[in-house]
Amino acid sequence: MAEFLQILASGLTVGAIYALIGLGFSMIYNTSEVINFAQGEFVMIGGMVTVTLYAGGQIPLAVAALAAIGITALVGIAVERLAIEPAPQNNLTTLIIITLGVSITIRGLAEVVLGKNFYHLPAFSGDTPFDLAGAEVTPQAFWVIGSLIAVMLALAWFFNRTRLGKAMLATSQNRMAAELMGINVKMILRLSFALSALLGAIAGVLTAPITMTKYDVGVMLGLKGFCAAVIGGLGTATGALFGGLLLGVSEALAAGYISSSYKDAVAFIILLGVLFFLPEGLFGRARGERV
Amino acid sequence: MNIGRHLAGRSAAGGRTAGRRFAAAVASGDAGLVALIIGAALLPLVLANGYYYDIVMRIGLSAVVAIGLNLFIGYAGQISLGHAGFFAIGAYASAILTSRYHLPGIVALAIGAAAAGLVAFIVARPILRLSGHYLAMATLGLGIIISIVINREVAITGGPDGIAVPAFRLFGWRLHGLQNWYWIVAALLVVTVWLSLNLMRSAFGRGLRALADSETAAATAGLDTAGMKARIFVLSAVIAAVAGSVFAHAEGFITPDEAGFLRSVEFVTMVVVGGQASTFGAVLGAAILTLLPQFLAGFQQWHDFLFGIILVSTMIFLPRGLVPTLGLRLGWLRAATALPERGGVP
Repeated sequence: MAEFLQILASGLTVGAIYALIGLGFSMIYNTSEVINFAQGEFVMIGGMVTVTLYAGGQIPLAVAALAAIGITALVGIAVERLAIEPAPQNNLTTLIIITLGVSITIRGLAEVVLGKNFYHLPAFSGDTPFDLAGAEVTPQAFWVIGSLIAVMLALAWFFNRTRLGKAMLATSQNRMAAELMGINVKMILRLSFALSALLGAIAGVLTAPITMTKYDVGVMLGLKGFCAAVIGGLGTATGALFGGLLLGVSEALAAGYISSSYKDAVAFIILLGVLFFLPEGLFGRARGERV
Repeated sequence: MNIGRHLAGRSAAGGRTAGRRFAAAVASGDAGLVALIIGAALLPLVLANGYYYDIVMRIGLSAVVAIGLNLFIGYAGQISLGHAGFFAIGAYASAILTSRYHLPGIVALAIGAAAAGLVAFIVARPILRLSGHYLAMATLGLGIIISIVINREVAITGGPDGIAVPAFRLFGWRLHGLQNWYWIVAALLVVTVWLSLNLMRSAFGRGLRALADSETAAATAGLDTAGMKARIFVLSAVIAAVAGSVFAHAEGFITPDEAGFLRSVEFVTMVVVGGQASTFGAVLGAAILTLLPQFLAGFQQWHDFLFGIILVSTMIFLPRGLVPTLGLRLGWLRAATALPERGGVP
């Protein structure tokens, strides 16, 4: 039982990271119908810039983390403005290549500017684990789960209670109608990239003490977050949340009880299974195709 | 309306010169095929050493994969982010079957191609029900699963360290040396180009284009769209596997990188940069995507950054890809020079 709880705890922690990344995918997909394959790079920037600014304790960790999250949000806006806005919006393949090109560019720049090694960030509240019914849970796990809950609450408030959030929802439902109602759609698109980069950066800062960080960690983390978003139902917040947690727990269970060497395959096997049988995801709604 | 079109057709035919006939032949691809054969025959004259042979061979084999992928992406209007998986199935089948089971190279190649075709056939129906983003995700997942299996089954595949591939044997004869492989690759490329050009002129090819325009309309017109997509998917997978087998033997060593997500992306990029729905575009794309890293190697650590910038700029400024964009420019030039000439025709 203790072993199961241990696996569950680590699965939920990793799952929360996937959920944060998946939320970013869904947010950009909703406003712009772009699958942003550079999402993983936002995660990497969050972690790597925090490590660089913190520089072993030169400035407080919290300040370094907040600055890194802010910088990542600016990078998100730059990506939208420089690569997505000027791109032709009618060809899916071209858009996919563009976001992949952006991710190669960001990774290449990070490799040069931030360094090629693995970097470690200290845990936010030390490394002494708590004992939960026999399972040892690190304080960092609480930080991760707590941050996910805080982010979900903040997003719920933003989309339901603020004019800007409602404008964003309107844009994702019908871009043209939103534009006709006087909503500045261009600004909304940039905002969605900024918010999505912000979510990615939060995930990157939270996971850096657990898994270490490197200029290329974004590739796999991005793909896993993407699986989370699709499994839950692309474009829905609850979908990304439960998709991420389900994915994290499944991976942990597979690694614990079946084989740790196929841990990374779990996400993609579930992805294929969901796409074959429930193409709109577990929480998505079926949409008819318009001719 | 009909009469007008008829007249326009007649005046265009009347003004047809040898040069125009040549242009028409280029447009239809025949002259391109001839040029490719001549170019491939003459190229060894300027290839100074093994390094150049290696690069040219990589271009040729990438071009073969890209041409196959272009049938699926460019003509049929689908997307696959997992074709490196099929390339790797071919490469690893050849490597494993010839080194561990001592099968003749050609048998291993056939088994690899059949295996890739079988995998593609099995997943085709469920995967190809999807379209757009969902198809991209499913093919991405498939490719990554193949790559993970190759990485993890260390006892069979050699794992992340890669595996050595013995020389290609046929009836006791051993094929080796990059110069000899060059001719095999060149022949494979010419055959693939010819196959692609002919396929697109057939009824099946026209059906594929109809499907790319609107699947619903094509289905309404009585085309078996699901079957057509499945067939072209299987064909492109088999072509990729054959190229993979040849690659494995020619290089003598392969690693799981050949199966990776980034390699799949590279293949798609070749198709898109060269120009979707253009056979020679795929060849050009393969050449550019293989040569660019060689040129950028001089910029050392900035290499990835510059590559990304060039890729994004190309897609933003030439979204249709190089060959169709150049074709449009040339077409525009031809139209501009042809006008007065057409006026002079009685």
